Amino acid sequence: MTAMPSEDFEAAYESLAMAIDSAGPEREALLLTRLALVLGHQLGDIAVFKSAIRTALEGVAE
Amino acid sequence: MRPAGKGPLDSLYFHYPHFPARHVPELDGSAVRYPVVIVGAGPIGMTASLVLARYGIRSVLLDRKDTFNDGSRALCVARPSMHILERIGAVKPFLDKALGWRFGRSYYRGEQIFRLEMPHPPGEKYLPMYNLQQQYIEQYLHDAVAACGLVDMRWQSELTGIECGNDGVSLNIASPAGDYRLDADYVLAADGARSPVRTQLGLRMKGENYEGKYVIADIRMDHDFPTERRAFFEPSGNPGGTVLIHKQPENIWRVDYQLREGESEEAALLEENIRARVGAILGDIGHTKPWELEWWSIYSANTLCLDDYRHGRVFFIGDAAHIVPIFGVRGLNNGLADADNLGWKLAAVLHGEADEKLLDSYSPERRGATLDVFANATKSTRFMTPPTRGWRLAREAALSLSLKHEFPRGLANPRQMQPYTYSESPLTPWPMRDAEFAGGPASGSFPPNARLADGHFLLDRAGDGLTAILFCDGSPGDEQAALLARLGQLDRRFVALPVALQGSAPTAGAIPDTDGEIARLFGAQPHTFYLLRPDLHIAGRWKALVADEILETARLCLGRATS
Repeated sequence: MTAMPSEDFEAAYESLAMAIDSAGPEREALLLTRLALVLGHQLGDIAVFKSAIRTALEGVAE
Repeated sequence: MRPAGKGPLDSLYFHYPHFPARHVPELDGSAVRYPVVIVGAGPIGMTASLVLARYGIRSVLLDRKDTFNDGSRALCVARPSMHILERIGAVKPFLDKALGWRFGRSYYRGEQIFRLEMPHPPGEKYLPMYNLQQQYIEQYLHDAVAACGLVDMRWQSELTGIECGNDGVSLNIASPAGDYRLDADYVLAADGARSPVRTQLGLRMKGENYEGKYVIADIRMDHDFPTERRAFFEPSGNPGGTVLIHKQPENIWRVDYQLREGESEEAALLEENIRARVGAILGDIGHTKPWELEWWSIYSANTLCLDDYRHGRVFFIGDAAHIVPIFGVRGLNNGLADADNLGWKLAAVLHGEADEKLLDSYSPERRGATLDVFANATKSTRFMTPPTRGWRLAREAALSLSLKHEFPRGLANPRQMQPYTYSESPLTPWPMRDAEFAGGPASGSFPPNARLADGHFLLDRAGDGLTAILFCDGSPGDEQAALLARLGQLDRRFVALPVALQGSAPTAGAIPDTDGEIARLFGAQPHTFYLLRPDLHIAGRWKALVADEILETARLCLGRATS
């Protein structure tokens, strides 16, 4: 797997911020969960997906 | 604003001179028509007068105040601006006083997450950035204005009316010495963000205002930290808001802090609240010794500009034309580039050497630079002051991941000012020639500098008019020499800089490229030719000599296009 070029990563950051605003505060968690499932499915690798969940959870979980 | 009991000019470190209103010849009935009147003697107006003076053009410079700016607003002078200051003969006091820097750090909840390192190639003469309070910037430029003999500086002179005709502009001026009328061929509006010239002409800037508000406070303290840009996201001393800290000369430090959403601006600006918040921020950076409050103000980010920087014979330069967010230090630096860009073109027209059409390139070139700044500044502003919940969440996610991971750290990059590339300008007719090069600076861009064997720098040798940098074996060949002669006939200020390629024996006047570094920087081979404009931007470059295209480019830049 290759990392995203920084310009694309920046564009991803911006698209995400705008998508959260489009969903609205009530539905943003649903949006983000759906996004994770879509990405996980496209990724097609359960080990990498679980590792990504661990990375995201680090410092967030109590 | 200043602490209770202090007047607006009672500074801890800067002595404000008082400039009286002069009795000018117009008050005795003189009706001289001036080639240029510049409204506003801030850094941009003074620089414009000095660029014109470099070409022997006289100007009248008006300012309604009786002294320099009341506080330090602009702070960072970028490398390309140092080149402008050098060419107008004003750079020395800047180098003596300013604090040069190239590094920065960003912190999230007290932990460093990003190290900013601005490139500083060995051939560059100046550092990427210098910090200097605006009062000093104005003082040093004013010293140069006073010494040059071609600028009629008039303090306490306020514009009360402006009338634009096809052949000239009339201004009504009010001053304590009396009111009078002033006639000019051209007027430069350098009168700042609230430009009275703009208002009186009924012109409006368009664009966006951003919600986030920042307090900027200057303090004096003994604080042992190098000159770097420090950005603090979510610091404990300013919960919910970002903090920026810059070092300035005279032990003055600039603390910028973002107000929390919904926080009262009025309350935030009270001295006791400024002291409390700055004190908490200083606690965060480990400063426990005493400190003194110098000056403070409030700021919100805007991206606003005029549709056209030219209105007949009136040209808008600096904040009068465009207002940009502070993040990325583009306000002062872009204004100086405006003054430089317009200055050489206007001088050529006023000398009768260039067609007036040359002036048409000012607005597209500099407005293009503004829009480029907006694109970058909008990104950094969204990061520094996230406007909505989506942007706030995305930033918190990126910053918290940055604590342990490299991949999101680049998002905290402040995108410091880069000079704009005039590749789409009418004065850059052959950008397609860039495709022939594997490297080197693109058409329209500001060229790299190189240290020469004699200790000087390549760009020191550039002239006041067009400059050619051409690469040759020892000395220019017949074809090159013939072209240089033609260029010399076109432009009396033309300077040719032949570079003798590595391994060839340089003849007198050629610059030896002993280690091949200059050719590497410019992606050059024998016969490669760069044509620089008076502001040093690259008008065109040719891997091999194409005399017709080079001459046409020169004519365009000189305002002598035949077509």
